[in-house]
Amino acid sequence: MRKFILRRLAISVVILFFVALIIYTIMRCMPSSFVENMAREKASLPGGKSYREWLDQLNQSYGLDKGIAAGFVHWLKQAVRGNFGDSWAFNVPVTQKFKTVIMDSFVLGGTSFLLQIIIAIPLGILAARKQYSKTDYAISVFALIGISLPSFFFATILKYVFSIKLGWFDLFGMIGRMYEQLSPFGKFLDRAHHLILPVITLVIVNVGSLMRYTRTNMLEVLNSDYIRTARAKGLSEKRVINYHAFRNTLIPIVTIIGGTLPSLFAGAMITETLFQIEGIGYTSYQAMTTGDIPFSMFYMVFMAILTLLGNLIADVLYAVVDPRVRVN
Amino acid sequence: MTKKDKDKHVSTSVALDDEQRVRVLSPGMLVVKRFFRNRLAVIGLIILVTMFVFSFIGGLLAPIGETQVFKIYEKIEKDYAGVAISSEFQYIDAEGETFPSVAKAQLILAINKGEESFVSRDVTYSLINEGKDFYRIVQFEDVASVVSLKGIDRFTPAEGETFSRDMEEVYLEATEAGETSFEFDDVDYYIVQNGKNKTVSRAKEISLVSMMVFNPYTADTVLDYDFRYNAEKAMNDNIKSFEVNGVNYEMELDEEDFKAVFYRLEGGSKVEYALVSNVNINTVDKEFLTIDYKEAAISAIENGDTSFVFPDNNGEDVEYTIVRKNNQYTIRKYTETELINVYEAPSKKHLLGTDGNGMDILTRLMYGGRISLIIGFVVVVIETLIGIILGGIAGYFGGWVDNLIMRIVDIVYCIPSMPLYIILGSIMDFLKIDPQIRIFMLMIILALLGWPSIARMVRGQILSLREQEFMTATEALGIRVSRRIFKHLIPNVIPQLTVIATMNLGSIILTEATLSYLGLGVKFPFASWGNIINAVNNIYVMTNYWFVWIPAGLCILITVLGFNFVGDGLRDAFDPKMKR
Repeated sequence: MRKFILRRLAISVVILFFVALIIYTIMRCMPSSFVENMAREKASLPGGKSYREWLDQLNQSYGLDKGIAAGFVHWLKQAVRGNFGDSWAFNVPVTQKFKTVIMDSFVLGGTSFLLQIIIAIPLGILAARKQYSKTDYAISVFALIGISLPSFFFATILKYVFSIKLGWFDLFGMIGRMYEQLSPFGKFLDRAHHLILPVITLVIVNVGSLMRYTRTNMLEVLNSDYIRTARAKGLSEKRVINYHAFRNTLIPIVTIIGGTLPSLFAGAMITETLFQIEGIGYTSYQAMTTGDIPFSMFYMVFMAILTLLGNLIADVLYAVVDPRVRVN
Repeated sequence: MTKKDKDKHVSTSVALDDEQRVRVLSPGMLVVKRFFRNRLAVIGLIILVTMFVFSFIGGLLAPIGETQVFKIYEKIEKDYAGVAISSEFQYIDAEGETFPSVAKAQLILAINKGEESFVSRDVTYSLINEGKDFYRIVQFEDVASVVSLKGIDRFTPAEGETFSRDMEEVYLEATEAGETSFEFDDVDYYIVQNGKNKTVSRAKEISLVSMMVFNPYTADTVLDYDFRYNAEKAMNDNIKSFEVNGVNYEMELDEEDFKAVFYRLEGGSKVEYALVSNVNINTVDKEFLTIDYKEAAISAIENGDTSFVFPDNNGEDVEYTIVRKNNQYTIRKYTETELINVYEAPSKKHLLGTDGNGMDILTRLMYGGRISLIIGFVVVVIETLIGIILGGIAGYFGGWVDNLIMRIVDIVYCIPSMPLYIILGSIMDFLKIDPQIRIFMLMIILALLGWPSIARMVRGQILSLREQEFMTATEALGIRVSRRIFKHLIPNVIPQLTVIATMNLGSIILTEATLSYLGLGVKFPFASWGNIINAVNNIYVMTNYWFVWIPAGLCILITVLGFNFVGDGLRDAFDPKMKR
């Protein structure tokens, strides 16, 4: 088992190296005038250094004065030590900015993820049990509508109905106007209140795939021989479903849920941007549209790490819950 | 092979499908039959057909172009004229002369100080006060200097000038009378005291400076310098009639308001010629205003009215409103103006109204659907091709080839796609890439990042397929490798490919819409469902003009839903194992 994990880890590191190389190459293909613009802007700030100085400093600190290969090695050396440079858009070290925004993303992601599980698994199982019934159709249509909904459109509808027409929520932001005057508990409630619409958006848009996955798996399990055996034994339908079928259907679901755990930190870029939640998604969106190379580079590598980590966890979990995999 | 494969499926399945029917149908027909039995799939198919007809045929039949802008005429109250009591000097330059604006500033200083001459840019100007706020700017040219010694004057003409005997006599008469100017041969000469000496100078007229405003009675009357000078002098001196350049004029002075009407005498008849007052009325577009209009306006202002009515050229009454601001009055009237018809509510002419550019939303939706669907199809075709080739090779050869290709797949799969699209979109924004080329770039980028899932699926299927007997048979027959992969293995993956491609179409349309919504995908002037919704970034539009963004959002939702329904239906139809 340890050998398996170590092997996967080694492969992941190699993949990460190449992903970073590709991302770095793309970043370097950005017109150099991005840096020049940045240097010009920085030089025009009061009390700043001159344009030339900034340009040289920026080029040097991001290895832009070297070739792509040498520059990448330079970046990698710094990155391995945890130094991702200073963000251009926010004027603070990238890692510092990251620390201030990641928690909000995690809270948003975690809440909606929990809700997704709570909604998706029971409904998926229900749909599988009553395949081709009205309930099944309704759940399938609901799941597919969620999958097909553009998040920006759904978020806009929510805002239109609940913020504009009913006035229950603010249109943007994560704290209310009176936030500073509130008690600690009031502050918590205020933040929670501002997270309601983003969480609804995320849940509705993302719940579909897990629901479909649960249904498909449950169907597979219900078609298997041991379920027939259980029924043949004369077990009650309740016991067959809740005990024999449910446990087995959990195997792939746990695997896939484990695999999505790292992505809770990824931040929902579009949703955060729409509601201006200062999470990692919105922050990096701002960084990317303003040409903040250090932050974008960091964010992309961070995302790649999360994906790899997710795959790794899924594979390991699969090996843990299904001994057949370990043999091969 | 496909046939055999399918039959196997059917016979081994414990499906509740009617086996009698299964036997007599070809596998293809069987799939079709199963597909159409699925209600959701049929709904999806209907949706897709509708959307295709809407986008491709609708766009062809629509009477309105993609970027046709609609305009309307509306009466808007616009500034028509301005009225003000003249409190600044007006400068009327003599023919062939210009009074530079630098000198104007110095002139005002000189007037305030009561000086008689001032120097501007090495030119000495003299000002002659002719009345209240009425000056003549002249430049003296010396004609002669006069030295008086013991009552005898000695005249020394200036260079290039002559001072005749007759002039001397006129000069002496003038000095004896104590005057400072005399006239000779229709030219005015001025005597300037210079200590003991006197200088006789000829005045060159430069400019008239006055606060009076001259309004001619007809549009083509040009009031010249001489008339203005004489007229204003007449007003100051209250001379009832005078002659300028051989034409006689008569004046009617209203001393209370200090305004005067001048009549031109032509063969015994009096013709109204000009009105001089201190009220300045000018239209915004330099249109000629009749005296009657001006008088009507002035009397309305004096009465404190906020509006007045005056007939226009066709004799129709037009209402003008007067707006006061300090000492300025603005006359406004309703004018017919061409406007872009923005955010018009749905009507018979525009079934879904118009957008922020005055374009018909329904037509934009048709063209937008066309672009979204074309992008979806092109991207799916490209990514499926890449996926089949790489996945097929990896699955067939196995070993290090498989390892290499699958690691490439892992790498591409790991690249975060949405951030990358956004970065590339901003780069294209920065480079100001042509919207048409942007669409191609968008397709290529979407395809280059989308193929790994297809390659994985193809490889997985082929890994199991290649162990089957029919592959051993192809090997025994000596069929070459490329044919074995693409003729014998890939066709067996077609069902899964169709399903995955259909689902992908939906997600690509979603991605494209999201990018266009963020302003990084398809750009104006091209329509796309995403960039139509982009209008909601303006909260006012979101709140007040639902018809701009809701239909576009529904279009996206319905189309993607259609693809998902059909994909789902296809999966069930191809893979009857899932049926109980």
